[in-house]
Amino acid sequence: MTTSVSIRDVSRHFRLYHERYHTMKERALKFGKVPYEDFWALRNINLEIEEGSTFGLIGANGSGKSTLLKCVAGILRPSEGEIQVRGRLAALLELGAGFQGELTGRENIFLNGSLLGLSQRELTKRFDEIVAFSELEQFIDSQVRFYSSGMYVRLGFAIAVNVDPDILVLDEVLAVGDETFQRKCLERIRAFQREGRTIVMVSHAVESVRQICDAAAVLDGGILVASGRPGEAIRSYREHLLDRARAREELEVAHQPHDEALGFLTDQERRRTLHVRITGSRIEHMAGGARGRLLPDAGIRIHVEFESRLTTEDVNFGLAVNDVEGRLVFGTNTRLLDQTIGVREGAGEAIFQLDRIPLLDGTYTITLGITSYDEGVVYDWREEALQFEVMNPGGSVGYAHIPIEIEVTSSPLSRGVVQ
Amino acid sequence: MSVHSDAPWRVVSARTGLPQQLRDIWAYREFLILSVRTQLKVKYKNSALGFFWSMLNPALYLVVYYIVFQVILGSGIPNFPVFLLSGLLVWNLFSYAIAGATGSIVGGAGIIKKVSFPREILPLSAVGAGLVHFFLQSFVLVLALIVFKVSIGWEYLPLLVPALVSLLLLGAGLGLFLGAVNVKLRDTMHMIELALLAWFWMTPIVYPFMLVEAKGGLLAALYKLNPIVWIVITFQRTIYNRAVAVKTTNGVKTITHILPVDAGFGYYAWHLAVVLVVSLGLFFLGLAYFGRVEGNFSEDL
Repeated sequence: MTTSVSIRDVSRHFRLYHERYHTMKERALKFGKVPYEDFWALRNINLEIEEGSTFGLIGANGSGKSTLLKCVAGILRPSEGEIQVRGRLAALLELGAGFQGELTGRENIFLNGSLLGLSQRELTKRFDEIVAFSELEQFIDSQVRFYSSGMYVRLGFAIAVNVDPDILVLDEVLAVGDETFQRKCLERIRAFQREGRTIVMVSHAVESVRQICDAAAVLDGGILVASGRPGEAIRSYREHLLDRARAREELEVAHQPHDEALGFLTDQERRRTLHVRITGSRIEHMAGGARGRLLPDAGIRIHVEFESRLTTEDVNFGLAVNDVEGRLVFGTNTRLLDQTIGVREGAGEAIFQLDRIPLLDGTYTITLGITSYDEGVVYDWREEALQFEVMNPGGSVGYAHIPIEIEVTSSPLSRGVVQ
Repeated sequence: MSVHSDAPWRVVSARTGLPQQLRDIWAYREFLILSVRTQLKVKYKNSALGFFWSMLNPALYLVVYYIVFQVILGSGIPNFPVFLLSGLLVWNLFSYAIAGATGSIVGGAGIIKKVSFPREILPLSAVGAGLVHFFLQSFVLVLALIVFKVSIGWEYLPLLVPALVSLLLLGAGLGLFLGAVNVKLRDTMHMIELALLAWFWMTPIVYPFMLVEAKGGLLAALYKLNPIVWIVITFQRTIYNRAVAVKTTNGVKTITHILPVDAGFGYYAWHLAVVLVVSLGLFFLGLAYFGRVEGNFSEDL
């Protein structure tokens, strides 16, 4: 595979001005010295994005993922290092950026298209396609300032995807428009993937990264924490979040008696510290002790050992089964099953019994989680903690094992009918 | 399957070099033209008189200056409207370009933060809009030529090309520089308005060049460092086409020197060549400065 985007030792720093001195007077009064702090939004990032892959950047707010995306898109320049990009790049950071309200939709297609790097000749050729995609045939000759926000975004997206980019840079813009339009966007992105184009995207929605991306990288505080398969990346992202939450909790516990700063926490919030954690997990095959492969319709028991710091009913045990491509096969939790449970202080074990797994060939991963009852607080989360494999002895193909019986009856043709 | 293995690498790093900047601007030439057109379209879209406004501007100046300088002060310049317009048009292009370019980066914050494109296009399109205005206002000049039956100096006509090119390069170079400076120092915008006013009076537009030249000394020497002076007098030499005015009233001959008398084609060509080199130098300086700081635009806006 060849590389499409190569990020080499990229750092980006910002100056955080305590106050902005924009005018001469202020500058003169401060003798040209403006107090600022250096803030590193990105630190020595190295990444290779393969041609034809879909790459996700994940991280909490302020982790630097959007800064990195903007550097790849060429909107920001790295302070150090360089990014090499091969092929035409289109960035969808804001749909319809650069539209002129006074101009008509038609005029804006040409203006915006050329802003994105298309020639007038190409635009003339693709004009009909752009209009058709945006579904704005009737309104194409009215001024854009009369467009609704949905129309605005549709036209923006239609132009951007028709730039025919080799590399598409997305920043969660797909969360706009109505459901039909979102589906249309997603379809278009799937088409891009099939055509072997490279996509680089930022997302907060971890599940969509798992479903769409081939690879992902996790950023935290401007540092690349992990990169690799989406599953692995998401796991380390979640672990990272948990580590942080724990660190904060320890701080809270340590300071609780005398720290006024935490006084704003309500009692309920205080109670919701991360008091349950997973200490171990294993799979037990119900057919026997063999750790080998599972046959379709066999059952397993998943043992989850945990430790709780107090006795509470504000707890919810959940699990999710995903296939190798990251698709969710099955998932549930005790709250969804209307099962009220409680834990006591000390160690404990939860057992999920899956009597029958009606799956065919494949490797499946199990993600485990313990959350507060309303899932508002994640106590502990183990991404792809366990794995099992199902082996199909033959007889049917596909995804699910559906019991089947086939009956064929035949009745002799009555000769008189055929002439 | 590979769509673009043969495509060239594009590098995003802390700085871009001049050749890369020039290549990028060239690649975005269509957008440059379109954004000039958009600027003009948007400006006059909802006005009844439309493009007439930009012709009305020099016509109005003409009336005011005519009354002040010809009627009240009695400058003794024959066909004053033609004299004034041939310099004023040059100045209008320049000041329109500079004022527009200075505010262009701050004004384009919306797309700078969201779209990747050579940011140079924004100040350059202000210069382009100035050029379009220049051509529109030329109609007023042509009208004046017809009314006053002035025949232009055809032999000087080729000089207008380097003069105009120098003017555009100066406007672009200075515009790029000021547009970039204005991002950090928002005062630039207001300062430039005052500076342009002073600069206007330091250019022989409403009074003849020879008025300063005749004084000689340090003043004249400094005065002639202004590159716009040479561009303006080239236009006056070509279009106004008269170096001295002789007027006889009651048997007394009054001679008004307007442009250097013994100066021929060579004089103007030589000075323009110097101005062209200086303009080119300033253009590249402006472009280089712009390239150095443009990486911080989306942060500072």
